[in-house]
Amino acid sequence: MRIVTENLSYVYSEKSKELAVQALNNISLTIEEGEFFGIIGQTGSGKSTFVQHLNGLIKVGKDKGSIVIGDFNLTDKKCDFKSLRAKVGMVFQYPEYQLFAETVKDDVAFGIKNFFPALSEKETEEMVKTAITLVGLDYEIVKDKSPFDLSGGQKRRVAIAGVIVTRPEILVLDEPVAGLDPQGKREFTELLKNLHKTTVKTIVIVSHDMNFVSENCTRVAVFSHGELYAEGSPKEIFSDFTRLKELGLDLPVTAYLTEKLSETGIKVESDITTDGFSDAFAAAYIENKEKRRREE
Amino acid sequence: MRDIAFGQYYPAKSFVHNMDPRVKILLSIAYIVAVFLVAPFHYLGFAACLLFVIIATLFSKVPFLRILKSIKAVLFFVILSAVLQIFFNTNGNLLWSWGIIKITDEGLFNAGFIVARITLIVMGASLLTFTTTPVELADGIESLMYPLKFIKFPVHDFALVMSIALRFIPTLIEETDRIIKAQKARGADFESGNIFRRAKALIPVLIPLLISSLRRADELADAMDARCYSGSDKRTRYKKMKITYRDVLGFLVVAGLITGVVFLNKFYILITVL
Repeated sequence: MRIVTENLSYVYSEKSKELAVQALNNISLTIEEGEFFGIIGQTGSGKSTFVQHLNGLIKVGKDKGSIVIGDFNLTDKKCDFKSLRAKVGMVFQYPEYQLFAETVKDDVAFGIKNFFPALSEKETEEMVKTAITLVGLDYEIVKDKSPFDLSGGQKRRVAIAGVIVTRPEILVLDEPVAGLDPQGKREFTELLKNLHKTTVKTIVIVSHDMNFVSENCTRVAVFSHGELYAEGSPKEIFSDFTRLKELGLDLPVTAYLTEKLSETGIKVESDITTDGFSDAFAAAYIENKEKRRREE
Repeated sequence: MRDIAFGQYYPAKSFVHNMDPRVKILLSIAYIVAVFLVAPFHYLGFAACLLFVIIATLFSKVPFLRILKSIKAVLFFVILSAVLQIFFNTNGNLLWSWGIIKITDEGLFNAGFIVARITLIVMGASLLTFTTTPVELADGIESLMYPLKFIKFPVHDFALVMSIALRFIPTLIEETDRIIKAQKARGADFESGNIFRRAKALIPVLIPLLISSLRRADELADAMDARCYSGSDKRTRYKKMKITYRDVLGFLVVAGLITGVVFLNKFYILITVL
């Protein structure tokens, strides 16, 4: 399913003049099926408002543009939001705060019971088991535990299992690694990559972690003050140093290094992933060495 | 969830905003007493109360529309009591009847009387919360409850609990919003079904909310401990409350209102004759 938004705008508290905030302004963005799409921007730049539109948690206002996802026209009042939400999964910041059921199994099954009430107990359990295994937990060990007895990282995994259990085609994540330790972040990144390869077709992720974005995303959008500031591959986006810094955004380490090296006269051309950068750097290093030897 | 007008502080610099919170609380109570003193069929008393609210609002710089909007919060309650009075009061002269429903003149009078009472009270009370910050309110109540100390009532702790509760209302509203969204994304449906189904649908919201409140309480207690909060009597105040000419004036006006209402109750007939 393709996501197409056109001239999307949103204003918080539109009715009262003194409190009105223009959160989104004329956003036109197309996300193709199969992408690992990153959204970056400062706090308050409209990223979260934008992604909440994608499964109808925030409805498109009158004359505020349009969103079409696959066959769903979200601008249409008669749009079946329930079916849409089964197709577009949404993981919020600190997703573990949404756990509520007595057992892990019940909590993960919540989505299935809502979206596909006709499924049998057995089919439901099968889907729950798949989801819990996918997020890297042992189904037999955790299924009857209370979600509140798990560790922080495990809770987050259960919460994500509760979203992917309905097998959404698009997974939207709003800063999912906030508050995780380095190992947790690494494991989480692996989990996302794995999901992207196996079950979820498209991933849209809001992140403050530029290394994560440059490493994994196929395309990146930069939001600033409710507007779409730039859009392109990580390489294109992160090559514009000064402007990104003006927006208060960080750069991935590889982009910093590329910049520093070019100041000393060494040009490293890479796609700024760690692998790409180190290969390109090694090549440049060898070339430089040979050049010097020849000069001697 | 965010559109609750009742009780939201309206920041401004005005005569009423600058009054002592203790005096404002006491005067609000006195005003409510005045509204209750108005006897049935003596509607000039209500007019006096309404006049007082209008004048007080003018002096508070709060837009009058906001005061009116605060009635919305209790609208259901107002309509319910009016409807109950109209349809189920069987005293007085029968005006119209259909099956078991009987509408009498007394029912209609009572309905109007109750609507006027509730609306006036809500308008006055919301004026208090519009012009007084939650912190000032809590300080004011603490100070007013001071005499209870002599029967070993923990006044300071009580006031602290109250101000913390007030402080966390917006946070909890925000949190509720977030959890509702997260559960909606998982297909939760809060809008359809009968009242029992809807109540049951709230469980996935209430439990996470309760848990996060407990967590917040823990964190807050730690933060207070870390800053050596002990809640003793030795604590001094950053803002001292002072009674000024404004409070004396306010007191005089409300005293005038109560006298006026009592007078109107007694001499209503006299006035109509004149």
